[in-house]
Amino acid sequence: MAKQKFNKETYLRWFEQMMLMRRFEEKCAQLYGQQKIKGFCHLYIGQEAVVAGMMSAITPDDKVITAYRDHGHALGCGISTNEIMAELFGKVTGCSKGNGGSMHLFSKEHNFYGGHGIVGGQIPLGAGIAFAEQYLGTKNISVCFMGDGAVRQGSLNETFNMAMLWKLPVVFIVENNGYAMGTSVQRTTNLQDLYKLGLAYDMPSAQVNGMSCEAVHEAIESAADRARKGEGPTFLEIRTYRYRGHSMSDPAKYRSKEEVEEYKHKDPIEQVRKEILSKKWATEKDLDAIEDEIMNRVNESVEFSENSPYPAAQDLYAHVYHQEDYPFIIE
Amino acid sequence: MRSIQFREALREAMSEEMRRDPNIFLMGEEVAEYNGAYKVSQGMLDEFGPKRIIDTPISELGFGGIGVGAAMNGLRPIIEFMTFNFSLVAIDQVINSAAKMYQMSGGQFNIPMVFRGPTASAGQLGAQHSQAFENWYANTPGLKVVVPSNPYDAKGLLKSAIRDNDPVIFMESEQMYGDKGEVPEEEYLLDIGKAHIVQEGSDVTIVSFGKIMKVALAAAQELAKDGISCEIIDLRTVRPIDYATLIESVKKTNRMVIVEEAWPLASISSELTYMVQKLGFDYLDAPIRRITTRDTPLGYAPTLVEEFLPNPARVIEAVKSVTYR
Ligand SMILES: Cc1ncc(C[n+]2csc(CCOP(=O)(O)OP(=O)(O)O)c2C)c(N)n1
Ligand SMILES: [Mg+2]
Repeated sequence: MAKQKFNKETYLRWFEQMMLMRRFEEKCAQLYGQQKIKGFCHLYIGQEAVVAGMMSAITPDDKVITAYRDHGHALGCGISTNEIMAELFGKVTGCSKGNGGSMHLFSKEHNFYGGHGIVGGQIPLGAGIAFAEQYLGTKNISVCFMGDGAVRQGSLNETFNMAMLWKLPVVFIVENNGYAMGTSVQRTTNLQDLYKLGLAYDMPSAQVNGMSCEAVHEAIESAADRARKGEGPTFLEIRTYRYRGHSMSDPAKYRSKEEVEEYKHKDPIEQVRKEILSKKWATEKDLDAIEDEIMNRVNESVEFSENSPYPAAQDLYAHVYHQEDYPFIIE
Repeated sequence: MRSIQFREALREAMSEEMRRDPNIFLMGEEVAEYNGAYKVSQGMLDEFGPKRIIDTPISELGFGGIGVGAAMNGLRPIIEFMTFNFSLVAIDQVINSAAKMYQMSGGQFNIPMVFRGPTASAGQLGAQHSQAFENWYANTPGLKVVVPSNPYDAKGLLKSAIRDNDPVIFMESEQMYGDKGEVPEEEYLLDIGKAHIVQEGSDVTIVSFGKIMKVALAAAQELAKDGISCEIIDLRTVRPIDYATLIESVKKTNRMVIVEEAWPLASISSELTYMVQKLGFDYLDAPIRRITTRDTPLGYAPTLVEEFLPNPARVIEAVKSVTYR
């Protein structure tokens, strides 16, 4: 039924996008082991359908903001693998010029409003971005992502109320991957259907299968549609799963192998691959070629990053103030 | 004497105090089942059970304030912030509730609680995860602020902080949790508000606290090779500050260099400089110098981290300038 809605191009784009996120991050994990990437590094592996389904449902002028688990969103928004990888290396050619690292990817050009490190900090920002679109009279929307842990911040409640009150064009999305670090959703709330949090504000809210690009696309498309028509925000609880630990330093002992395997059986990339093959939209060989091309891009991005310089020491002062001659305290 | 890790010293302090007093509990993110984000509370859930070792949602404002309320009503909470960067979403409860309650209520409600967790930078963690707010909290009357630099101090000071009848901010470091140091088996407590003379010397007084003490010590070792004798003072507590010990030292050395991992404006070093010039003006033979972080947020790249942080070379340069070498 619903599946017929999407054509060959969409499926192939989903496949390519998700494969890019997957292969890029597998490379990140390797590079983290080699200490080429430092600091905190949170992988998105397993959750790719959420970003893929979003990207096909919104327009390039819409704005996206999320937390620190941001590689997938940054890639989805179209920031180049070179710029993202270089940022992870801390190189001046990175999308945040080596200032941000993994948690703080940004690209004004690609309407990606960042990677934010304080849990829940981006929730009011996402609404503020929507406020500006409304104020400026555009038809654009803001898509504001958060984790299941982040919905426990006060910022969510304050923001939801105002977003509803002012009918801001924002789609709030909680990527419910079941865990906030080592803490399962179950252990921190009586209200495990997170979408119901929106109902307290009369915000249209729904639960969505996050292992399915189709389901994600449809939910976001109708939420975006409502936002564009001036009908205000939507809250989507997208149920997904991260295959890896919380960050590179988390062995994830708090969950069972079986649980992880169960989700891997629903792997969104495999689902899309099967659909493409069964519809004969491409052959195994075609898909392998796409994968090869992706691997080339990923490897190239590593080389690009290796060959890029670090920011100079003085660059520490370069972007603290927009004012150019700001008088810093020098010892 | 036995040697234990910083994190073990903290754990011992909390566990010993919890055995003494059933009204003490530990609350925070990942403190129980995960055994602490940095394994400080490892094993404490097993010993004390879920009534006293309590995992929370990521709701710092909420559980910070729940701690204050519980303290108003007879309990002695230890609230762990995964790092003090995240205390900012709870800071209203720390400043407006914990620090004010005793006075506002005319002395009826004191707040015997500890807010603890790591502070300052810990590698390439970027701007939002690398901040030192010692001076922010120290600025607030009603709070005490303790910043230990080694396992021995950590244990003795944390036990005192837990027994203290006022709210204490207790600031640690991810980069120190694995540090080992000698800690006696027998019980001991260290006074809050007393500085520690780590090393006596005659040419210059170097003052520091917390993790960055290591930079002061490394610089002093180098300087000794050049025949410069440094007296090193670990403040241990930045509210209240032990000015008497500083002044006594300056009477002897006539020079002071302060090393602090914090932004320069209105930092602890600013405050020390004011008080020492006021109380010790006649003894000073050179302007007081300080080494702080750069006046910027911390960037991710290794070059930016290196530029940002105090290091021994910068301390050595400052010492040489005040000793006119
Ligand atoms: C205010 C705040 N408290 C604590 C942290 C530490 N922390 C970082 S990520 C995280 C878990 C967040 O989980 P969730 O929101 O579910 O997102 P996920 O990691 O699953 O994507 C915690 C506790 C933080 N960054 N900010
Ligand atoms: Mg989560």
